[in-house]
Amino acid sequence: MKGFAVLLRKELTEAWRTRRLPLIAIMFVLVGLISPLTAKYLPDILKAALGDQATGIPIPPPDATQAVGQLLKNLGQLGALAAIALAMGAVSGELDKGTAALVLAQPVGRVAFLGAKLVAIGIVLAIATGLAAAVAWVYTVVLFEALPISGWLALFALTWLALFVWASLTLWASAATGSTTAAAGLGFVAMIVFSLAAAIPTLERLLPAGLTGPASALATGATADLDPAKLDTAVAGSAIVVAVAAVGAVAAFRRREL
Amino acid sequence: MSIPGLSLDPTLLALLIPVAVIQLGLMLLAAFDLLREERRVRGGSKAMWVVIIVFVNLLGPILYFLVGREEGPVDAAPGPGAMPGWGSPHDPPIVAPPPSETPPEEVRTALAGPRAVPLPDAPPAIVVERLVRRYPGGVLALDGLDLSVPAGSVFGLLGPNGAGKTTCLRLLAGLTRPTSGRATVAGLDPAIDPIGVRSRLGYLEQDPRAYGWMTGREQLRMVGQLHGLEGQQLEAAIDDALGRVALRSAADRRAGGYSGGMRQRLGIAGALVHRPPVMILDEPVSALDPEGRRDVLGLIASLRGETTVLFSSHVLGDVERICDRVAILDHGRLVVEGGIDELLDRYAQPVWRIEAEPGEDAALARLGERLRALPWVTAASAEHGLLTVAVSDPALASHELLRAVAASGVAVVSVARARPTLEDVFLRLTGETEAAA
Repeated sequence: MKGFAVLLRKELTEAWRTRRLPLIAIMFVLVGLISPLTAKYLPDILKAALGDQATGIPIPPPDATQAVGQLLKNLGQLGALAAIALAMGAVSGELDKGTAALVLAQPVGRVAFLGAKLVAIGIVLAIATGLAAAVAWVYTVVLFEALPISGWLALFALTWLALFVWASLTLWASAATGSTTAAAGLGFVAMIVFSLAAAIPTLERLLPAGLTGPASALATGATADLDPAKLDTAVAGSAIVVAVAAVGAVAAFRRREL
Repeated sequence: MSIPGLSLDPTLLALLIPVAVIQLGLMLLAAFDLLREERRVRGGSKAMWVVIIVFVNLLGPILYFLVGREEGPVDAAPGPGAMPGWGSPHDPPIVAPPPSETPPEEVRTALAGPRAVPLPDAPPAIVVERLVRRYPGGVLALDGLDLSVPAGSVFGLLGPNGAGKTTCLRLLAGLTRPTSGRATVAGLDPAIDPIGVRSRLGYLEQDPRAYGWMTGREQLRMVGQLHGLEGQQLEAAIDDALGRVALRSAADRRAGGYSGGMRQRLGIAGALVHRPPVMILDEPVSALDPEGRRDVLGLIASLRGETTVLFSSHVLGDVERICDRVAILDHGRLVVEGGIDELLDRYAQPVWRIEAEPGEDAALARLGERLRALPWVTAASAEHGLLTVAVSDPALASHELLRAVAASGVAVVSVARARPTLEDVFLRLTGETEAAA
């Protein structure tokens, strides 16, 4: 892919200069900070908010599993929105501004153009997710108990893969429609459809939603709860969705007039 | 700090401070950033801010319950800086630019100098054969176009709006594909090997764009790197290109703040930074002021003999000044192709221009009608007190025209024989094809 390295560097520089990278990273760090805090103090928060009414609500005592659950839930929702926001204008924005033609008038192919964007989005998400996981681990250790670092590395990788799925699908939509709004809408619809489909247990094993359970089990060290087959199929299924989205984006972009 | 029912220990407080700092920092950053006009040109994503603000506000109630209204110290989030690789906008260039903004002498003198003869034995740099491009919806932009651009020449592509000039140039750059027919640029077919073609090509889009967050120098660096240049060779090429388009003083400013003319200069610099054998420029001087136009035309003329330049323009005087050959397109077809002098000899008819005193427009129009009836007059049009008369027999017209003007009683300022221009040829030929259509 001629020009890929140059374009990847350009994408990462752009992510930094236009503040996408620092803002996403800060947002994810905030998620990493707040998730264990929320898990720890949710009973107190409810008690402060509801007073005597809270006494009738059964609230389990806070533990590290809840902190991990909060983190996965927050990253799964807000992180997904951030992934969609990262990818929605990646191609359509350049088409709108006319800068796609500037780059593609040079000796560089459309595969390299899209590949650099996809990889750059993956790197930004990896940095942000890694930071979120790191600070969440520290806070969980301080507030609850020490948890295995290897398990948190697995949590980081699996969460990143789930977010990368949404980013890849949105990038495909951005390349296919040439519209940032349509790409955001399609990315969001895809996320909802996949989430609804995951309500069917046989499908959950194949979709990004199936990554959450194993991620939680690995991070908390509860490997007895881990279903390796489910982990394998969910990872493979998510990787296949990313690959299909990448191929779809290239096919759609190749047909597009600049 | 204390809230009834909630005890706050020092550890919790220490853990909360980073949260509050980041939350407030983000909100302040968002508020400042959204208010800054600079954001528009930096190309940031508003949607990203919306997501962040929604997110931060979702966290608000949690913080409220935990720490009440006494929020932590405010600290702005880190601002953007330069990443290694592209270099900071304020980094000194590796090759220091000369202080002058004046284009090189070769550029300034190229317009005045004689036109060099294109390389006679070299094969044509660009060949177009029966090229057809039909857009979705049925619009026929190119209708069997044939064209041949000699190597080393400066070749002008003319035509009215919608003639197919831009489509032709984009096809040659491999940015779009033909419906049928073929073309070669520097020996390669852009439909088969677009990357190969573009590695031998410098291309300037009509209304060229730039990455607003990059400096001009960084953009040229990216283009040069995509063409395989690196190190000192790349920096020297960038500096040379910036000097040729007189953009050195603005090279380290963000391109988002450039005017249309500066973007056009930057685009031209990008087209020549790798010194390609072929340059295709779509309306290269359309956004420039007269001085800038003169400089860029001089630059194009100075490339004659070393680079083949194909460019489109609406300004016929510019084309006439610097081109060796021109092609006139209309309705996607080639109307005529040839050397400037050849076309003037073949198609430009002798023209007289009669300038009338103010208030004589009606009388001038009547004179034009009478002249059109004469057998040696091929065309006569009056506009803004000026009657332009094209004749088929200049010798006869020399005698008869003055007599006709005198007989009309129109108060005239001058009657003069004008040198035919490319515009006369253009209007005549495109007018004929319009009538035929």
